[in-house]
Amino acid sequence: MIKVTIDGIEIEVEDGTTIMNAARKVGGKIVPPAMCYYSTLKGSGGKCRACLVKVAQGSAKDPRPMPKLVASCSTAAQDGMVVQNITSQEVLDVRRGIVEMLLVNHPLDCPVCDQAGECELQNFAFDHGLQRTRSEFPRREFDIIDIGPHIKLHMTRCILCYRCTMVADQLTDQRVHGVLWRGEKSEISTYIQKAIENDFSGNMIDVCPVGALTDRHFRFRNRVWFLAPFDAHRHCTKCSGKAVVWLRGEEIYRVTGRKDEYGEVKDFICNECRWDHFSKTDWIIEGPRKFEGWSVINANKYDKETVELPEHLYSKLDNKKWETFEGVT
Amino acid sequence: MEALTTRRKVLEQKRMTLLERIYLPAIASGMGITLRHFFKKKATINFPEQQRPVPRVYRGLHILNRDEQGRERCTACGLCAVACPAEAITMEAAERKPGEENLYREEKYAAKYEINMLRCIFCGFCEDACPKDAIYLETTFAPANYNRNNFIYTKDMLLLGAKREEIKPPLTQ
Repeated sequence: MIKVTIDGIEIEVEDGTTIMNAARKVGGKIVPPAMCYYSTLKGSGGKCRACLVKVAQGSAKDPRPMPKLVASCSTAAQDGMVVQNITSQEVLDVRRGIVEMLLVNHPLDCPVCDQAGECELQNFAFDHGLQRTRSEFPRREFDIIDIGPHIKLHMTRCILCYRCTMVADQLTDQRVHGVLWRGEKSEISTYIQKAIENDFSGNMIDVCPVGALTDRHFRFRNRVWFLAPFDAHRHCTKCSGKAVVWLRGEEIYRVTGRKDEYGEVKDFICNECRWDHFSKTDWIIEGPRKFEGWSVINANKYDKETVELPEHLYSKLDNKKWETFEGVT
Repeated sequence: MEALTTRRKVLEQKRMTLLERIYLPAIASGMGITLRHFFKKKATINFPEQQRPVPRVYRGLHILNRDEQGRERCTACGLCAVACPAEAITMEAAERKPGEENLYREEKYAAKYEINMLRCIFCGFCEDACPKDAIYLETTFAPANYNRNNFIYTKDMLLLGAKREEIKPPLTQ
């Protein structure tokens, strides 16, 4: 066991834990944001640079600070390490720059995009970004293509986090899509529009932090914040069957995996659960989904235990807590 | 208990004097007030023949704007509906098909767009929320009607250039 100090909070973690996971053990506002790191996918992380933190003291043996900011998702914590996240102005400034870089090629078509409301890039930019863009160069343009009968690919929105390729590598038997070309030209593609038809391929939609991979069945049908998410399960031979059904009235609009407070799915669901069961009788509904992070989906809904506003929205209040009613979701 | 305001008055219930008990002087003074109002300027006007002018920033009936090429600006993003405190707005989105580029500005458009003018409180939050400058509040308002259903304004009544009954009051300078 090693001792790490993150933003003044000391915590004991296992050897080899990354700074990100140590911070998640503490929880709350000191957890660095992540766009590409996904705890259930091996080898993810280190690409988006959203989680950069400052290491003020390398370890107890070698107390020199690290010369540059490090990616917390892929840097192992050392015994006696002192990490600064939200307490360092340098980190916050760099994060604002990262938002700007991620948005250089992003089309910002949130009014059209189906991911809006549950988009990690949207939340990240809302918390850390500028109000306006400084880039005057043309953005990358791609055609919208169908990859398979279920998934639509908007390459313009992609931030190249590589999560979807890892899902294909680690969950399915055969990967038929990948990242073509290099550098600025790189794009996710199936090369000759080969259909993605594997049983677990639908999870690519869930892991995508932006709206690059979207559900063709749910496309433009409703905005996510008008739907009521419910925890539900069904008996499934292929997967755990634990999912979230998104209802409006009696109709199921879509089925997704259960995302935790960091937007990560622990139990991936199969395509049969996701796309073949849109009747309410197919599912055993456990109850309303508890909101774990702050987003537009839980705006106007009350959940005392878990809902907390971002810092800049409640900084003017004295008690720094959102006064809410309990139990109503 | 501490008084909440400084304007509190203790109610006194005294026995009425003879003059107060016969009521006639009070009736006379009341009739005097009524009589005085005959010669004052009227507070009401004869609507709809006469109409009060409204300011240019008056928030009246909504209109769905079009762009310079006459295409619909609304993409059915739902931000007006989520901003609406009265929950008066409902919509359904649809995907633009090839060949419809002259009708709709973006790849998604509102197939159905309804505002319930009985629910609407004309606060203008929808106008503020709209990222596409699609919805605006005009200086006109809805005429009275006998049927509640007629106050649900559909998209063909809201679009710029649509024919609808509306009362156009004069604008103040």
